[in-house]
Amino acid sequence: MPSVAFTRNLQRHVACPPCVVAGGTVRESLEAAFGLYPQVRSYVLDEHGALRFHMAVYVDGVPIADRRGLSDPVPDSGEIYVMQALSGG
Amino acid sequence: MADQLLVSTRKGLFSARRKGGSWELEAVSFLGDNVTLSMIDPRDGAWYAALDHGHFGAKLHRSRDRGATWQEVGVPAYPTPPEGHLEKDFLGREIPWRLIRFWSLAPGLASQPGLLWAGTVPGGLFWSEDCGDSWHLVEALWHMPERRKWAGGGADAPGIHSICVDPRDGNRVVVAVSSGGVWHTSDLGQTWSAHTEGMRADYAPPELVSAPESQDPHRMVQCHGAPDSWWIQHHNGIFRSTDDAMSWTEIVDVKPSVFGFPVVVHPKDPDTAWFIPAIKDERRIPAEGQVVVNRTRDGGRTFETLRRGLPQAWAYDLIYRHALDLDASGECLAFGSTTGSVWISENQGDDWSTLAEHLPPVHAVCFA
Repeated sequence: MPSVAFTRNLQRHVACPPCVVAGGTVRESLEAAFGLYPQVRSYVLDEHGALRFHMAVYVDGVPIADRRGLSDPVPDSGEIYVMQALSGG
Repeated sequence: MADQLLVSTRKGLFSARRKGGSWELEAVSFLGDNVTLSMIDPRDGAWYAALDHGHFGAKLHRSRDRGATWQEVGVPAYPTPPEGHLEKDFLGREIPWRLIRFWSLAPGLASQPGLLWAGTVPGGLFWSEDCGDSWHLVEALWHMPERRKWAGGGADAPGIHSICVDPRDGNRVVVAVSSGGVWHTSDLGQTWSAHTEGMRADYAPPELVSAPESQDPHRMVQCHGAPDSWWIQHHNGIFRSTDDAMSWTEIVDVKPSVFGFPVVVHPKDPDTAWFIPAIKDERRIPAEGQVVVNRTRDGGRTFETLRRGLPQAWAYDLIYRHALDLDASGECLAFGSTTGSVWISENQGDDWSTLAEHLPPVHAVCFA
């Protein structure tokens, strides 16, 4: 099953330790993680369910392509990492 | 007289108290985070803090124990735009249908417990009937065709920064938009109309100088004790209304400048108001490096420039639109600056004392 880890910067605001979830896509996996940590959703996604502009999601080290639909596939043992996109200096 | 002040800054929410005749900072919440606005609800004493986490979006927190503990509550959500819809302002810039920032918070009347209003960037007005736990879009204003003529002013996208709930009738609400004029509702947001007669926007193309949507009020206030009387600090100068914000009269020849962002009006005397001038729109600094406050006591016919206790050399503090407040007694004023200073007066601005000089940039202040 995929694992999901969140940036430590996010954990400063809401508790979201790494977790293992069921899901075949980024959307399914993140939804499962939000089921564990409901408050995290609005920090990662906007009100329409799209990835926030300054956030980034990697699957096994590769940035996802579908930032709006989050349809990128996730291998069974994939590692999903949710972090801030670098902005500013 | 007030005994509590909240200072919203780029790096936290600071609270100050009046002790033994002087003001002192006593606590900070959200240290390191961008607190863009705060509000103390006079009906139940609750504190609200709006945060902009940048990467993580805008959030709202509420405290029922004067800042000792905070609870994250709900935030407004914009509707999902129709498939393929890409909204642009009249200059061709995209206006996203998503919450960017809280830009104003206002409580309903005492007869409307739990009712809150929030104005946001990009141009949304929302209401809550459960002290901010959940929010609802004022659909009629958002879907109004004229809203598409609003444009960014103080932010890249338009925003609602002033919400005045009529103390005589909580169904009557007036909002000011930067930039997009002044809009009234008498039916709790179901219908809206603009009233900007008398305003002018010299920065607009000639044919749009008088258009309601061209007007860029920086801040709008209503006198609670004489609610037909209003003041606006506009991008173009100072305007006053004595007919319940239906029409406006420009106040001219104010030294050192008619430009600025904040305004407050005395709660009982509609002729008394305070402004903090900056040189002009393309030079947003105090004139002569001197921080001063302008006060009128005669409805704008004359102004006194108040400076006792304020820096009078090499000072370049700019005061944002929400960074000046007046307490309910009409005696105590406070303002905070972009360079992290906060000053307080307990005699309507005649004399000022320095509360802080090294805070992060100040977005807003509010008294309890």
